[in-house]
Amino acid sequence: MVSRCLPLKIEALELRRQGRTILGPLDWTLEGEGITVVLGPNGSGKTSLLRAMHGLERINRGTLHWSGGEEDARKAQAFVFQSPILMRRSILDCIAFPLRLDGVSRDKARERAAEAANRVGLKEALDRPAEVLSGGEKQKLALARALIRVPELLFLDEPCANLDSTSTRDIEAILSDARATGTRIVMSTHDIGQAKRLADEVLFLHAGHLCDAASHSEFFEGPISLQAQAHLNGELIP
Amino acid sequence: MNDILEGLLTAGALIISGDQDLVEITLRSLHVTLTATAIASIIGLPLGAWLAVNRFRARRIVVALLNALMGLPPVVVGLVVYVLFSRAGPFGVFGLLFTPTAMIIAQVIIITPIIASIAHQAIKELWADYHDLMISLNATRRQRIGALLWDGRRPLLTASLAGFGRAIGEVGAIMIVGGNIDHATRVLTTAIALETGKGAFGLALALGFILIGLSVAVNLALHALGQTERGSRW
Repeated sequence: MVSRCLPLKIEALELRRQGRTILGPLDWTLEGEGITVVLGPNGSGKTSLLRAMHGLERINRGTLHWSGGEEDARKAQAFVFQSPILMRRSILDCIAFPLRLDGVSRDKARERAAEAANRVGLKEALDRPAEVLSGGEKQKLALARALIRVPELLFLDEPCANLDSTSTRDIEAILSDARATGTRIVMSTHDIGQAKRLADEVLFLHAGHLCDAASHSEFFEGPISLQAQAHLNGELIP
Repeated sequence: MNDILEGLLTAGALIISGDQDLVEITLRSLHVTLTATAIASIIGLPLGAWLAVNRFRARRIVVALLNALMGLPPVVVGLVVYVLFSRAGPFGVFGLLFTPTAMIIAQVIIITPIIASIAHQAIKELWADYHDLMISLNATRRQRIGALLWDGRRPLLTASLAGFGRAIGEVGAIMIVGGNIDHATRVLTTAIALETGKGAFGLALALGFILIGLSVAVNLALHALGQTERGSRW
């Protein structure tokens, strides 16, 4: 499955908050298949870039051009937030919620939600409140909810932040499965190891600027920018 | 102290004997207050949610006005409703003055801002949590409000109960528009005012204790129905 809404052409994108430029000007094209990992230190603009692409941030300058049209592109996307947004519902109803918005009957939506929960490893007591889940389970719930509409494009903002290695491994396996079924993934992370394991393409942001945009091998065998080289070497970037 | 003791004993005796007048005014109190609470909730809860979700130029002014209306003086509301529904008033043709319907209308006017304002506060907090998710999922405005009302049903029940609490104890407005007519518009609060005026403190206190008991019972019943204290399930 190649997304109909891609490529996405980003031209001179700029985000300003309180008189300060937090991202851009940035030019880049998101295309094809696979997983794009956005790397960079805190405050480099990773989250802002993902949110801007998903339509959650007001853009001050520049354009986002979806080849399939913005409206169709928005319907083909899902977003997983760094801190999972849990609804005050049962685990099953949280996962089923996007289908309910699409007009799917409650029983059918819950049936599909149970299957989605099963796929991400949430199996027991799905009628419990979502808030009782552990951090890793909450993120799995958020992933199941994001994947239940079978999105063509999935954004994830540091999905494994603060998770232990077991939960991280589970989530990476879910993402690899989603990638294998054709979902285009764009995710941010601080974890260089995770980027090495998952990325087909790497973006490196620093102070709101795109320093590198390269394939996995190009980036990890020799990034162009000094900032990316320093980041990979574990040096503290000013 | 003796009056309070006498009030308690009289209240017990009235309840045990199943006094017909007491049953009548208690049922009328419940009818007027529950109807007013239901109507005010139907108006106030979606209004509070709508104000929490929508951004428009005068929103802050509307919210400030709504908060100010929480302190609406019941006597003034009663007077305005009286003027509107009196024979010479614009709605005089309906002949509603000195009927339970007029009392319900007055109570709706008094408690709708309370319910809407508390609902707005509760939904505003929930909306802050849900905002990005709803945008991300392309939920329509109607779907957003529906989800907020459903997921916020527990604090919204509290909003309705606050309205109920204000309405069940209200006397000023319903005295003016209802007239405290025996077997027609007399309710517990107006009966208490009447007995106090007559100096029958024991009976007035007895009615007061019954009113408190009624209010507590309705609150407990609605909490039980709404399962507000059950943490293990939503």
